[in-house]
Amino acid sequence: MSALLEVRDVTMRFGGLVAVSDLTLAVTPGHAHGIIGPNGAGKTTAFNIITGIYTPTAGEVLFRGGSITGHRPSAIARGGIARTFQNIRLFRDLTVLDNVRIAHDTRARYSWAGAMVQLPSARRAETESIEQCTDLLEKFGLGDAVYERAGDLPYGSQRRLEIARAMALQPSLLLLDEPAAGMNSAETLKLVEFLGWLRDHFSVTMLLIEHHMQLVMTFCDRITVLDFGKTIAEGTADEVRNDPKVIEAYLGQENDHE
Amino acid sequence: MDYFAQQAINAVQLGSIYALIALGYSMVYGVLVMINFAHGDVFMVSSFFCFLLLLVLPVPFVVALIIVMLATAILGVAIERLAYRPLRNAPRVSAIITALGCGLVIQNTTLSLSPYSQRMPELFKPVTRQFAGVTLSSLQILIIGVSVGLMIALDFFIRKTRYGMAMRAIAQDRISVPLMGVPVNQIIAMTFAIGAALGGAAGVLYASAYPVISATMGVLVGWKAFVAAVIGGIGNVRGAVLGAYVLGAVEVFTVTVLPSTYRDLVVYSLLLVILIFKPYGLLGRPAVQKV
Amino acid sequence: MTRWFKQPPPRGVLLALLVAGLAACFAIEQFGLVDNYVRFVLITLGINIILCVSLNLVNGWMGEFSVGHAGFMALGAYLSACVSVKWLGWGNPLWMFPLAVVAGGLLAGAVGFLLGLLSFKTRGDYLAIITLAFLMIVKSGIENIPYVGGPRGFLGIGNHTTLLWTAVWTVLTLWAIRNLVYSRFGRGIVAVREDEIAANAMGVDTRKAKLAAFVVSSFFGGVAGALFAHQLQFINPSVFDIVKSTEILVMVYLGGIGSLGGSILGAAAFTILAQVLQPLGTWRMVILPLILVLLMLFRPRGIMGMREFPWFVPRREFPAKEDKK
Repeated sequence: MSALLEVRDVTMRFGGLVAVSDLTLAVTPGHAHGIIGPNGAGKTTAFNIITGIYTPTAGEVLFRGGSITGHRPSAIARGGIARTFQNIRLFRDLTVLDNVRIAHDTRARYSWAGAMVQLPSARRAETESIEQCTDLLEKFGLGDAVYERAGDLPYGSQRRLEIARAMALQPSLLLLDEPAAGMNSAETLKLVEFLGWLRDHFSVTMLLIEHHMQLVMTFCDRITVLDFGKTIAEGTADEVRNDPKVIEAYLGQENDHE
Repeated sequence: MDYFAQQAINAVQLGSIYALIALGYSMVYGVLVMINFAHGDVFMVSSFFCFLLLLVLPVPFVVALIIVMLATAILGVAIERLAYRPLRNAPRVSAIITALGCGLVIQNTTLSLSPYSQRMPELFKPVTRQFAGVTLSSLQILIIGVSVGLMIALDFFIRKTRYGMAMRAIAQDRISVPLMGVPVNQIIAMTFAIGAALGGAAGVLYASAYPVISATMGVLVGWKAFVAAVIGGIGNVRGAVLGAYVLGAVEVFTVTVLPSTYRDLVVYSLLLVILIFKPYGLLGRPAVQKV
Repeated sequence: MTRWFKQPPPRGVLLALLVAGLAACFAIEQFGLVDNYVRFVLITLGINIILCVSLNLVNGWMGEFSVGHAGFMALGAYLSACVSVKWLGWGNPLWMFPLAVVAGGLLAGAVGFLLGLLSFKTRGDYLAIITLAFLMIVKSGIENIPYVGGPRGFLGIGNHTTLLWTAVWTVLTLWAIRNLVYSRFGRGIVAVREDEIAANAMGVDTRKAKLAAFVVSSFFGGVAGALFAHQLQFINPSVFDIVKSTEILVMVYLGGIGSLGGSILGAAAFTILAQVLQPLGTWRMVILPLILVLLMLFRPRGIMGMREFPWFVPRREFPAKEDKK
């Protein structure tokens, strides 16, 4: 099966600092692919490169076989790659519904002129968007909070909302940046269930950055390990767990389990 | 050629005055990341301070300079304390609007009290000499000399004293610096005081060179200095000086080829063009945003 | 946008009110029902509403800080004056005047498009400075065009701005902007304000959003300028300076950012204030900025910041009235 996402020898330099070096990654369709590594290893930078926020200094990124290197983030999002952020980036002053509608809007076709004169096609698109987004939110268990201000939601709900919003793009690939951040073991278990449901219900391929070993080892089909911007290992959970380089760089240290 | 040299001296004179005002804008932006729109009008008011002072008590030039610088510094600190400090953690837009509002209040209060321009009593009896085909007035030398002297003093202050270091630290990081025991409020007040004092000096010098003062000087002259600061890269002290002399040269030489009504057009178009190609000014650098 | 969840208006009420209002304006014009001063103030109110709500699109909904709105007014004023006086002066005002107004708006919109392009790379303070430069360039540019009177101004403009025309344009502006705001473009604009990076990541074409905001905002700014020119019948560049821009800023930040109702409120409050303070002469421009400063200190978002009268919100935006399951 050809890879859904391929990162080939990507290097990212910020002035003198090399954040990522010769990064190579291939995500199989339908898989949950994990990226782990110590803080500062370049994981979020990799996400930012894939989603077009940064243009890599060298290398290329291929999605469904076509190059997306250096494309604009909004084009990449519309092309089928959605993401969440390490420090939740919701539109805090807007309602929960509007947050999702903004992502859903990528599907609307009406023009600004049509909007300004309220053409029937525009009006129809709007009511459809409200319906579909409300449905989506209900699937995510946020149906009761639809008109609340996003910034007022409890932390766990905010994370779920961010994922719901990303899913409104109907992506083929979902990038999750530390979805379990700030969660205890019980919450993490629930999250694993949730991610499984996501994958099955929406048939979406996932690429996750995580620090929670439990989550990554049980949920991910393949794992890539980064350290100091370079790939130091890649394989299944068992392969990675027993790789001496990984043990030395990461798992061996008395590390964060929170 | 002589004409060119003559104009060059005018450009340096104008640039020096702009530099003194521009420094006030840049220093405040560097420390607080806010555009002190009121600064141009503070400069304008300082020339009125000078005017009033001389009306009441004719003092020699240096005394007038010191008194006006002091008075302007107090005004600058007062504005900061009353209008800006309460908004220090408010969204940036609020601070800009407040600054704009303060400037307009100052400008129109002055305009209401003095609807017509005033003529400055003479502070200084200039002596003119001929040097290699150019006419030099001691007033010009004085203006340029005082300005450059103050700039050098400021540079020394910023680079070599503890207070200057504190200012630079706050400009880099406003959150953790107070945690290291730096009295942020005092340093910020000091920044405003120095910036305003320099503006005050500019007011005295400007009034000496162009003895008719009016309440609209804040917009006409002060804002040009703001343009200079932005061209150089606002927040950057060296940039302010560079921008000021560039602007002085552009203004003086524009009027030699085009009618004077084109002056503002050229100045603001230059600003726009520079901002298009160098969005942060000639010497400015963008703030890095973490994603 | 948080909103007050009262009820949407009963169907047809808004339309009825609208028709009644326009009929009233027509009657007032036809039968001279109010004296000239009141008529003048009402027209000024309409123009101020248009100015306020159009600037609110950029400063409120998109969260930028433009001080250049008077520049768009100037463009609209001068072009419409050229059309109605110099080029199509022979035409029947019934079709010629709206044409002139639209022309003014289009010119302003075209320049707004350029400003929008500039906003791609620049935001915040630097964009504010660019809008300031734009304002100064327009003002001093006009001063150097003898064809339109240069610094002495443009005289002899026809008195075409009737109460009815003002009402029509005011309603049109409010309706168009309201439709824009409650569409995917409006949501895109607000997303840019909230978090531009997240907006991009969610597929929002932030460039189009910024252009939309600037073009629509400046178009209606130009329309207001055109109406203004044909009300005062005399314009000169010094009218369209930072003072004028500040007045519009006061309206926006007083009434409330990101709100249609707020824009109307702010424009109304300002119009009344301006008339009341008229006898104070230049002290007027001490009190107005002081109000602005006090607003920033105590109520930076304005009276109705980010909130909306339910009657302006499209019916579909309200929660469904079914019983909760």
